[in-house]
Amino acid sequence: MYLSGTDVGVHGRPRDPAALPRLLLIILALLVLWPGLVLTEFNLATLVDPRNLDIFARFLAGFWPPELSSGFLTLLGKATLETLAMATAGLVLALLLAVPLSLISSHALSVSALARGQPSPVGRMLRYPARLLLIILRSIPEIVWALLFVRAVGLGPTAGVLAIAITYSGMLGKVYAEIYESVDRRPAQALLQAGSSRLAAFCYGILPAAAQELTSYTLYRWECAIRASVIMGFVGAGGLGQMIDLSIRMFAGGEVVTILLTFLVLVLAADQLSNLLRRRLA
Amino acid sequence: MTVRLDGVGLTHPGGFQALHDIDLSINQGERVAIIGPSGAGKTSLLRLLGTGLAPSTGQLHLLGVDPATLKGQALRRLRARIGLIHQSPPLPPRQRVVTAVLAGRLGQWSLLRSLISLCYPLDSAGARAALEPLDLQDKLFARCDQLSGGQLQRVGIARVLYQRADLLLADEPVSAMDPVLADHTLNVLGKVAAERQISLVASLHAVDLALRHFPRIIGLRAGRVLFDLPAERVSQAELDQLYSNDSFNEPVFADPVSAIAAASLEAPRRCT
Ligand SMILES: Nc1ncnc2c1ncn2[C@@H]1O[C@H](COP(=O)(O)OP(=O)(O)O)[C@@H](O)[C@H]1O
Ligand SMILES: [Mg+2]
Repeated sequence: MYLSGTDVGVHGRPRDPAALPRLLLIILALLVLWPGLVLTEFNLATLVDPRNLDIFARFLAGFWPPELSSGFLTLLGKATLETLAMATAGLVLALLLAVPLSLISSHALSVSALARGQPSPVGRMLRYPARLLLIILRSIPEIVWALLFVRAVGLGPTAGVLAIAITYSGMLGKVYAEIYESVDRRPAQALLQAGSSRLAAFCYGILPAAAQELTSYTLYRWECAIRASVIMGFVGAGGLGQMIDLSIRMFAGGEVVTILLTFLVLVLAADQLSNLLRRRLA
Repeated sequence: MTVRLDGVGLTHPGGFQALHDIDLSINQGERVAIIGPSGAGKTSLLRLLGTGLAPSTGQLHLLGVDPATLKGQALRRLRARIGLIHQSPPLPPRQRVVTAVLAGRLGQWSLLRSLISLCYPLDSAGARAALEPLDLQDKLFARCDQLSGGQLQRVGIARVLYQRADLLLADEPVSAMDPVLADHTLNVLGKVAAERQISLVASLHAVDLALRHFPRIIGLRAGRVLFDLPAERVSQAELDQLYSNDSFNEPVFADPVSAIAAASLEAPRRCT
């Protein structure tokens, strides 16, 4: 027996009211995505073209065995440290900018919202420039900054550090502010109502609930910063990127595969660290 | 005079008027219970007294000042002198009890002291002393999400006791506790208020608790003060009027079982 009131189709099966909207959404998604594939001239045929396949196969054949000579490994170790240092220093600089900006731009700590339920117009006017600054900071990709800074401060990791610091402060600040707003605000508001300062109310009322998510997002950004510093190596910012660039140019497949394995290990390590800290903070 | 309201009205942001034209004064050291049906405006009135809401009309004086005239640092100093016990304790689940209690004095501590105490509790003896009368001292280092509703409510009370405020406000402070514990907790609050000669204003939904623990009773109904009397002069007729509900008066039940249920919905009896 079916409940009365449910639409029953020709074969006695109840009709799912959500089916049609879902089908339309899928068609819409295809209509939106298809032009993207056309515009980028994505063509599977180029990938399986025998001539391209041949070059690719010879390139891949050169990948084995991985290069493990001690001279190369020393260079690799140095480049890995350089990449890690670039990512970490960039992220720390980004945090110095992102944390204050996120605190200013988040309305989770609005004192005027206490009495009125809504932040005052003055508060909103102060918050807006902070939000705008965060948008400006992250609107230009780090690789563009890196290109600019390589011109300005010369080849080397400094350019990469500055590029990461600028772009990532914009991303971290925006997401931090949203994390503060997503947790229960009553603890912080109760503290503000008992005369606490905003920063103390943040630390005692919002941080305990947000710490896990903040840590996890920060570590994910650190992982992204490692990848970004590799990419910036291609434009001369040093580290593993510069090394892989050279190896590819010299068709030294063994070196390329060793470097790629190093990436894998780095990302795995970042993931493990993130898991560990999340469990500690749970 | 600790608290004075002159013609105070309160309209919530949604446009609902929760309080109408309230005149009220509470002297230093007085202990007052606010009773009334749910939705009467008890929480709204207490939030007003705790400077969490500003009156839409009329004048409010707290501890000798009008909070509407204060800003910034001065307002924070006034707020640090008022302790509000919330009905559902606003404590982050992952915070430890000791930190949650110590947060009561954030309004008095410097930022540096607050930050250090967040990492290492500087006054765990003080937090323990605040928990002790509530029989919760063995939970000092437990996390808030490991506590029951009634225990959490007592942590919220301990925080306000630790704050050492000059005006104690409590919004249904014992709603999650069993009768014995509720009695004990109200005793503790009353004793603290009497010892320190400060006023205590509490809303309660249990009429018998209000009459037993508070010398002065204010009946609030639909945002207006229905009566404001010494406890011994509150009569059954007043309670009936306070809690009467037009929509429950019609005998809508046909069978005897729901008739009994309907009878138990009637106004709470005065306990003697
Ligand atoms: N933030 C709010 N916005 C709009 N209406 C509210 C708000 N808070 C309370 N109210 C309304 O005000 C009235 C009084 O609420 P409240 O003070 O919580 O009553 P009580 O605590 O006595 O149960 C209720 O009708 C409630 O719906
Ligand atoms: Mg209430």
